[in-house]
Amino acid sequence: MTKWYRENAPITADKLADELMRLKRGSVSRRHFLGVTGLGLATAVLARQPGLFNSTAYAEDLGTQMSIATWPNYHDPATFEAFTAATGVAVEVNVFGSNEEMLAKLQAGGTGWDLFVPTNYTISTYVKLGLIDELDLSKLPNYDASTENARFTSEGIVDGKTYAVPKNWGTTGIAVNSDKIKAPVASWKDFFEVAMTEADGRAMVHDYQLTTIGNALVSLGFSFNSVKPEELAKAEELLIKVKPHLYAINSDYQPAMRATDAWMTMCWTNDGAQLNRDMPDIKFVLGKDGGEIWSDFYAIPKSAANKPAGYALLDYLMAPENAVKEHIANGAPTTDSRVMKLLPADVTSNKIVYPDEAALTPLEFGAAVTLTDPGRAELMARFKSA
Amino acid sequence: MRVATNTKRNLITAALLAPAAAWLTVFLVLPFTAMLVFAFGERAPEGGYQAAFTFAQFANLPTRAAAFWNTLLLAPAGALLCLVVAYPVAYFLAVRANPRYRLILVSLVVVPFWTSLLVRTYAWMYILGSRGIPNLLSMIGIEDVRMLNTPGAVLLGIVYGYLPLMIMPIYVSLERLDRRLLEASADLGGKPVSTFFGVTLPLSLPGVMTGVALVTILLLGEYLIPQLLGGGKVFFIGNALVDLFLQSRNWPFGSAIAVTLVAIVVVVLMVAMRIAWKVAGTRQVDLV
Repeated sequence: MTKWYRENAPITADKLADELMRLKRGSVSRRHFLGVTGLGLATAVLARQPGLFNSTAYAEDLGTQMSIATWPNYHDPATFEAFTAATGVAVEVNVFGSNEEMLAKLQAGGTGWDLFVPTNYTISTYVKLGLIDELDLSKLPNYDASTENARFTSEGIVDGKTYAVPKNWGTTGIAVNSDKIKAPVASWKDFFEVAMTEADGRAMVHDYQLTTIGNALVSLGFSFNSVKPEELAKAEELLIKVKPHLYAINSDYQPAMRATDAWMTMCWTNDGAQLNRDMPDIKFVLGKDGGEIWSDFYAIPKSAANKPAGYALLDYLMAPENAVKEHIANGAPTTDSRVMKLLPADVTSNKIVYPDEAALTPLEFGAAVTLTDPGRAELMARFKSA
Repeated sequence: MRVATNTKRNLITAALLAPAAAWLTVFLVLPFTAMLVFAFGERAPEGGYQAAFTFAQFANLPTRAAAFWNTLLLAPAGALLCLVVAYPVAYFLAVRANPRYRLILVSLVVVPFWTSLLVRTYAWMYILGSRGIPNLLSMIGIEDVRMLNTPGAVLLGIVYGYLPLMIMPIYVSLERLDRRLLEASADLGGKPVSTFFGVTLPLSLPGVMTGVALVTILLLGEYLIPQLLGGGKVFFIGNALVDLFLQSRNWPFGSAIAVTLVAIVVVVLMVAMRIAWKVAGTRQVDLV
């Protein structure tokens, strides 16, 4: 009986499984397998689609998916799409509001992150707790330590070993809707005063002890990083006094600012740049009395399930031609002089993104002790439950 | 012979119960035991848990008095509010609605449950924010209305989110209602109002109690709605737990609060059940 009608039909499931087992046993070659099953043709057709399956640049098997933990409004979604197109690895993005939250998740285990974005002051703690790997720089050919600004990279290096490489730096300032608020806001002292008067019911603070307590301390003339009980007590008093006047305690403040539900908020550089770009009425100011300067890093958790993909994405992000797109979209200043050269002049001349050195002078980097200080954690809880 | 059959039957019963027992052990007993152990421990210097035997965590409970107070006030209040809205809906569905459309109407109540509460709450953030209802109000001249991040928004979110859980048990108890009892009441001269209060309402009370208990218990653990619609300014036990586990990494204190919350839930449940049984029981006696 002739089976002519099946000669050109697609392979049956049984036959495919059969051929796959033969390939696995090594009794047929990969070429034979692809030819017999028709997958070779299919792959050839798909390969003409830009970006699918052309994973030749990566020696290791990258799998099909990976996961990154990062901050709100922090990446150009097109970056991950382009990475997926280039490697076939889908990127799941987890968004967090504070470093404490990230640390808590990593300590509890089973995050599934292959890459994450910790802030400068947390890295020594991550190393001490054994939660991150020393980076194998040979897997990051696109990273060049010599083009990085040492001011922002030093905290990624612990005991001479590189545990994290920088993503970008930035500041924590104040975003003010100048259409709604006429009073001058130039310092954290002004911020808290205006929050209780002209911006009553319209001001936001972060759901994040480092910046919310830190800026309250600064407004009282203390250090951003203070853990002294008597200074913290004064900051607590101020925060509890301000609380009934606040619109919200939330680190994801862009939606409320854009909808003009909120008129003033504690704000990170990149968000300030994005808000100001889309709504010029929203100004970004640095406290002349102080505040925070920070740099964010990329690190790979010890528990990462797909380290090859983590390294591949990290290397992809370190390539200046990819990084520059991220910087234009995200608005945070770069630490890499190669990227700086590629950035358009309207970005490098933007005073929100690259403020004058004098404006940066009063700012402080976060200190490792504030991350783990139980006093600050309890203060934040009392503030929120007040 | 008889003994042998009994043993066999016992064995079969045990085998049938084993999966449920295993499930309870793995997903209820073990986590709860871990939580109890944590609750008597200490916070490690870098956060997390460190073995110890101390009552310090329980002694520290008063620092979260506001959270307990807010929660214990909100949970029953939210449940009662749900009840007020849900009862007429359930009554309409079970008694008044055309039986032909009843299934469709009941599905309309349930369908929103297929979407994540998070997504639906975000939708409310938009509706209550400046670009939503306040924007419409400003078109008719009512300016500067603030709806989002107010206690009203939290109550609205709670009623919206938990309504189906209240409607369904009441609907079920009303649906099983014997229509002949209503006819009997009418025949004996009962006006619709007295029939409702004398027959319908009492017979639906078990459903009401189930709904109230269900919603109250779930509300005791609520944290999402106050966070998103209340702006994170009103602190509930759920929010305190999220903070303790995710921000201050104080697992022992978080566990102590969770254990206390579970104890409260058990008491609420027992009281609710007792009342429900009592009400249902006496009514049945009356009817006989």
